[in-house]
Amino acid sequence: MARKFQPQMATGNDLFEGDVVYFTSTGCWSRDIGDAALAVNSEAADDLLARASAFPNEVVSVYLVDSAIDDRGRAAPAHFREVFRTRGPSNYPEHGRQAESV
Amino acid sequence: MYQYNDFDQAFVRERVAEFRDQVERRIAGSLTEAEFLPLRLRNGLYLQLHAYMFRIAIPYGTLNSRKMRQLAMIADRWDKGYGHFTTRQNIQFNWPKLRDVPDILDALADVEMHANQTSGNCIRNVTADHFAGAAADEIEDPRATAELLRQWSTDHPEFLYLPRKFKIGITGAPNDRAATKTHDIGLRMVRSSDGLPGYEVSVGGGLGRTPIIGKVVREYLPKADLIPYLEAILQVYNLAGRRDNKFKARLKILVNETGLDEIRQQIEARFAEKRAEWPPINPGLLAEIEAAFTPPVFEPAAPVAPVLSAGLRSFIDTNVAEHKQPHYAIVTVSLKPIGGTPGDATSHQMRVLADIAEELGHDDLRISHEQNVVFPHVPRRHLPEIYDRLKAAGLATANIGLVSDIIACPGMDYCSLATARSIPVAQEIAETFADIDRQRDIGPLKIKISGCINACGHHHVGHIGILGLDRAGVENYQITLGGDATETAVVGDKTGPGFAYDEVVPAVERLIGAYLDMRTEPGETFLETFRRVGMGPFKAALYEEVRSDAA
Ligand code: SF4
Repeated sequence: MARKFQPQMATGNDLFEGDVVYFTSTGCWSRDIGDAALAVNSEAADDLLARASAFPNEVVSVYLVDSAIDDRGRAAPAHFREVFRTRGPSNYPEHGRQAESV
Repeated sequence: MYQYNDFDQAFVRERVAEFRDQVERRIAGSLTEAEFLPLRLRNGLYLQLHAYMFRIAIPYGTLNSRKMRQLAMIADRWDKGYGHFTTRQNIQFNWPKLRDVPDILDALADVEMHANQTSGNCIRNVTADHFAGAAADEIEDPRATAELLRQWSTDHPEFLYLPRKFKIGITGAPNDRAATKTHDIGLRMVRSSDGLPGYEVSVGGGLGRTPIIGKVVREYLPKADLIPYLEAILQVYNLAGRRDNKFKARLKILVNETGLDEIRQQIEARFAEKRAEWPPINPGLLAEIEAAFTPPVFEPAAPVAPVLSAGLRSFIDTNVAEHKQPHYAIVTVSLKPIGGTPGDATSHQMRVLADIAEELGHDDLRISHEQNVVFPHVPRRHLPEIYDRLKAAGLATANIGLVSDIIACPGMDYCSLATARSIPVAQEIAETFADIDRQRDIGPLKIKISGCINACGHHHVGHIGILGLDRAGVENYQITLGGDATETAVVGDKTGPGFAYDEVVPAVERLIGAYLDMRTEPGETFLETFRRVGMGPFKAALYEEVRSDAA
């Protein structure tokens, strides 16, 4: 039996700032993971990556990654590496994305 | 300190101008990311998890107050007010913006610093004993040789595209504080039978995926033959090193696959040719370099007041080492405060260190591969004042060489290659053993932590090594025991199955508890006990308790 398809999102880093961004369903980039567009099958994932890769002078290091879905149906990190990318370094709570949410 | 000559200065400025142009073209979109990536790496600029990271070379770990203040200025102006000192005697800034990097490079060039050869498949920043020029056990200051190697290797046309990165470590003392045997080439100063200083040359050391201790390829090499001999090694490697497989491309694999005797013959054959064609090193140039490393003018011996405060006494016991001059001392400043990030210093702390060095320490500062800062030349009479000033800046932690003096790489808090975190593990171990009396009772113990197989945290050569891995989407930590980075270097042995994130600190506690139970007397160190009893009893302590917990 084929493995159930894990929803995917496209993420990368801003060329100028270097910080983490997510590709949204409206075709632009957001700093909020909840805005990330979700691909629910492999064709949609290919298409998502192709669209996300169309900004070579704004966003770099673009890749697809497994996404979880939170209780409001929005994208959420599945792997711990992606959890850390939504926050920033654990040794300085005042640095990185986590600093903005406090 | 070595001062740039006009050639060095023009070269560095040219490189900055070139990179400024490249950044502009990248921003304008005329350079693609694929084209830009190798260019930014050549200039020390990496993209990490949350931001760019900028790595600056500190050749052979030597700084003065002017350079240190400039690093503090860079931290404040273009970063978040701190810097991270690494196991390669570099400093990293974790939050630079792409547009600012050319300005940072210019600010570095103002104080004769740069970020060249901190990445890529070239000869990297040469690392040296952080006590160079000061240690009581030293034969000669190795930094003149290190500087010669820097000049020789900088943009050496033949060696810019080696099969892989290439690291050289050097020490002028028989006691190896520079972990030279973990380098592609390790140079350890020894004397010939007639007393002349030269080098014992090891090749093929390296940590990472396949940890190997360097093997001695030449027991004694006269100093004058160093460059032709190293060229011979590099040429053998450049021709035969495996370019087909990144994981097999380091010199260590070539040495292992070819065999030491065969490699030695190849090197010696090349060396014979090189030596014939290589002009002797310009004695004027050599004298100029050596003059840059002449010792400071030491003050005359003066009476030293008895040490009364317990804090100072404990600081002197752990953080102060013997100097060549009996009335001087070498002071190691710990960048491992309990609960802090190993290797981090704030801009304020950098300025305090610069001031102390300038006013009380012959304006000399070193960065150790153990991520601490060293004042190599301190008159003993200044120790109380230095201690007080360090203490006021949160820099007087008296833990050098003890359980909380942990090496930890940035791991998954910063590094995009990481498979797990390392910094919080170090923080928790240090907090668990915060009590300084307990630490001193445990005695010398080196814990080293890496956040992935690349081993920047040197875990293989830690007495206790910890490697963070990703096991099916969960952080898992593998422990090794009995590693050693000194002249008796050895790679540690794996204990067995790894531990979950919240099981690591209890595991370390069990290991240390087992050591305390087994040592014959308080003077027997962790490593000595391990060497005496072997893995068995430590393994039993490590895993049996887990089993009984589960039962
Ligand atoms: S060991 Fe791995 S995680 Fe740690 S700094 Fe090196 S590459 Fe990054």
